[in-house]
Amino acid sequence: MDLQSYEFSANFDEMFDTGGKCRGHYQELLSLIKKTSSKKLGQLQFSANKTQVAMGMTFNVYHDSQGTEKILHLDIVPRVIPNAEWSMLAAGLKQRIKALNLFLQDIYNDRQILKDGIVPEELILNSKDYLEPCIGLTPPKGIWCHITGTDLVRDKSGEYYILEDNLRCPSGVSYMLESREIIKRAYPELFNELGVMPVSDYPAKLLKMLQFLSQKDKPVVGVLTPGIYNSAYFEHSYLALQMGVELVSGVDLVVKDKKVYMQTTKGLQQIDVLYRRIDDTFLDPLTFNPDSMLGVPGIFEAYKAGNIAFANAPGTGVADDKAVYAYVPRIIQYYLNEEPILKNVPTYLCREKEDRKYVLDNIEALVVKETNAAGGYGMLIGPKATKEEHEKFRELIKNNPNNYIAQPTLSLSTVPTLTEQGLEGRHVDLRPYILYGEDIEVIPGALTRVALKKGSLVVNSSQGGGSKDTWVLYK
Amino acid sequence: MLSRVANSIYWLGRYLERAENYARFIDVNINLSMDLPPDLNEQWEPLVKATGSFESFKTRGLSFDRKQVIHFLTFDTENLNSIISSVTFARENARIIRENLTKETWEKLNELYHFVKKKAIKKEWKAEDLREFFESVKNQILLIYGLAESTVARSESWHFRQLGMYLERADMSSRILDVKYHILLPSPNMIGTPLDFLHWTALLKSVTAFNTYRRLYGNIDSSNVVEFLVLNGTFPRSIYYCMLEAEKSLQKISAEGRSGGRNSAEKALGELRSKLEFDDVTDVINSGLHEYLDEVQLKIIKISNEIDKNFFQIKHNFITQKIEQ
Repeated sequence: MDLQSYEFSANFDEMFDTGGKCRGHYQELLSLIKKTSSKKLGQLQFSANKTQVAMGMTFNVYHDSQGTEKILHLDIVPRVIPNAEWSMLAAGLKQRIKALNLFLQDIYNDRQILKDGIVPEELILNSKDYLEPCIGLTPPKGIWCHITGTDLVRDKSGEYYILEDNLRCPSGVSYMLESREIIKRAYPELFNELGVMPVSDYPAKLLKMLQFLSQKDKPVVGVLTPGIYNSAYFEHSYLALQMGVELVSGVDLVVKDKKVYMQTTKGLQQIDVLYRRIDDTFLDPLTFNPDSMLGVPGIFEAYKAGNIAFANAPGTGVADDKAVYAYVPRIIQYYLNEEPILKNVPTYLCREKEDRKYVLDNIEALVVKETNAAGGYGMLIGPKATKEEHEKFRELIKNNPNNYIAQPTLSLSTVPTLTEQGLEGRHVDLRPYILYGEDIEVIPGALTRVALKKGSLVVNSSQGGGSKDTWVLYK
Repeated sequence: MLSRVANSIYWLGRYLERAENYARFIDVNINLSMDLPPDLNEQWEPLVKATGSFESFKTRGLSFDRKQVIHFLTFDTENLNSIISSVTFARENARIIRENLTKETWEKLNELYHFVKKKAIKKEWKAEDLREFFESVKNQILLIYGLAESTVARSESWHFRQLGMYLERADMSSRILDVKYHILLPSPNMIGTPLDFLHWTALLKSVTAFNTYRRLYGNIDSSNVVEFLVLNGTFPRSIYYCMLEAEKSLQKISAEGRSGGRNSAEKALGELRSKLEFDDVTDVINSGLHEYLDEVQLKIIKISNEIDKNFFQIKHNFITQKIEQ
């Protein structure tokens, strides 16, 4: 397939530079694509889709009564990242997670950073994600955010920016793993030739990290899922299968004498570590949300007694609030005395008077986000929205300024993507996964989410986004 | 293993077996209708009766013609025992416990689900000849069994699935046999006529038992067929054989960690197994075939309830369960 008609826009394209010249690390891939007929590419795409359905790689879409299961479209053109670039990203991510972990330990214990006025005290203490029951707690081995899936984007110059920290229960890692298996079948010869770093040992690393959280020699580990109707259920069962551990739901667990047990066909068996994929406040109806049907009564007391470890620790949500995000560069400097390696997107806090005025005056040019919403819900993309929507958000901000932040619209980078019109540039972001156990490790791969609609900047799977395999090279 | 997981695996075994047997059921009648003399009407009512769905069928105002009955037993999602419902429930159960299944088992089951669903969307029941469809459902399920046979470890989970499969098969074999009771001969003195033979032959063929039966007994004779499908200890679809296999699995499950005597599930199963062991075919005929099969079905329900109490409902009495560290 030729790329003669490939359109360049003002955005940074991952494959071509502004002069239309192919970047070095994409050479081999491009020449393979050029040799492959468009019919063949279509077939590869078709069989990739089919494999996903057969494997049941599906997710449930909320607010959709019709098709409850959909596949996350996997585009067959991968995204490639050269090693030097990756090393910089990995160093930046490690630095950030390290600082955020120190921050969490501090705000639930000594609150030194608040006393020193680096982060406004009321921003943290009034946050609905600051969990009272966690005050004074130190999680096992002092680690709060064990699994992180940070979102990054690239602007016009190609510079990477951190978009969100996702410290709660980031999903998507199963797509990174399974997509790789599918794409391997599509380009078997290219993997060796290019030298693509493997991601397939992620489940083993995850298990090792989880086992590290217990004092026992052979701790019993489980994945705690809200159940089959959760949009990420495929991932929960996938990870349990890959790690060879039990997938449990709230009804399988009971607490006795501050210890947690699974109900098995042979009676009760103690469990030591839970990779929990349910929200903090649903964990225990006695401590948090009394209406939670998903949780386990008494499990928080077991946690406090040190008899069960959670990954991630309850209470991390307060640090990935979009308002706290704005302070992360200062948090890094405060704890590590280092310059942040990765930049933040400039962020206007509507809670601050000057920022708010700027946002209200320039809303047409800004992206407005709720401070504690995820998944692309509750946000306004100024340049794409109508006058009515601008007005609606102005009102929302005036009524509840603490709940909103705004950022300039970023021009996400593009990668050639197979569409009905052939290969066209589509906007992407990048979600690498970081594990924090004995040490901090950035997995050399990522979920690249792609906005399949032409010109669209919304990459969320719940809003019509797809994914790409992400190749981190050895060289 | 987790009680919830054991429960799902048990039902996965039952639903898959149910779907396979429904495909066989309908096949009996299609086979039979092709051999009927031209002046006799096809009979579809017996299928609805034997599957125990007569009441709901009537309430919905459906009529006993070929297309409506086939649709009801195959593609009707309102009929909770139809092939499409059974396959859907089997897949839902598998989805809940996917981490406990081999990749192949899950993928083949998932394919089967999409296959049946697609046929339903395409309104396949309107087609003239559905035998290929039923053949394919059977084969896909047998493929799943075959995969399991050669890839799944004989652990507790395997035995729960076997237990579900054999109990369901015993129940289904009794129902397939019961179809014959419901099929009306034009007059009572036609027993033993070629038409009667046709019925028995079709029935044997539907459970892939015709050739084996021939080799063992020779001529078609109603009491021999009953003996073969109820009391034979070697044929894998006879009720007695199914109980023997179910009992082996149940004992494997119960044996580990057993402290006292046999549990109530083992007792209920042992009771039915020994009844079949001691009964002669004359006992079956004398108590009335339909009545005898009815009793077998009730006993199977009781066994299933006891299994539920002993292994799946631990939550309600966990305090009395011994705690393992």
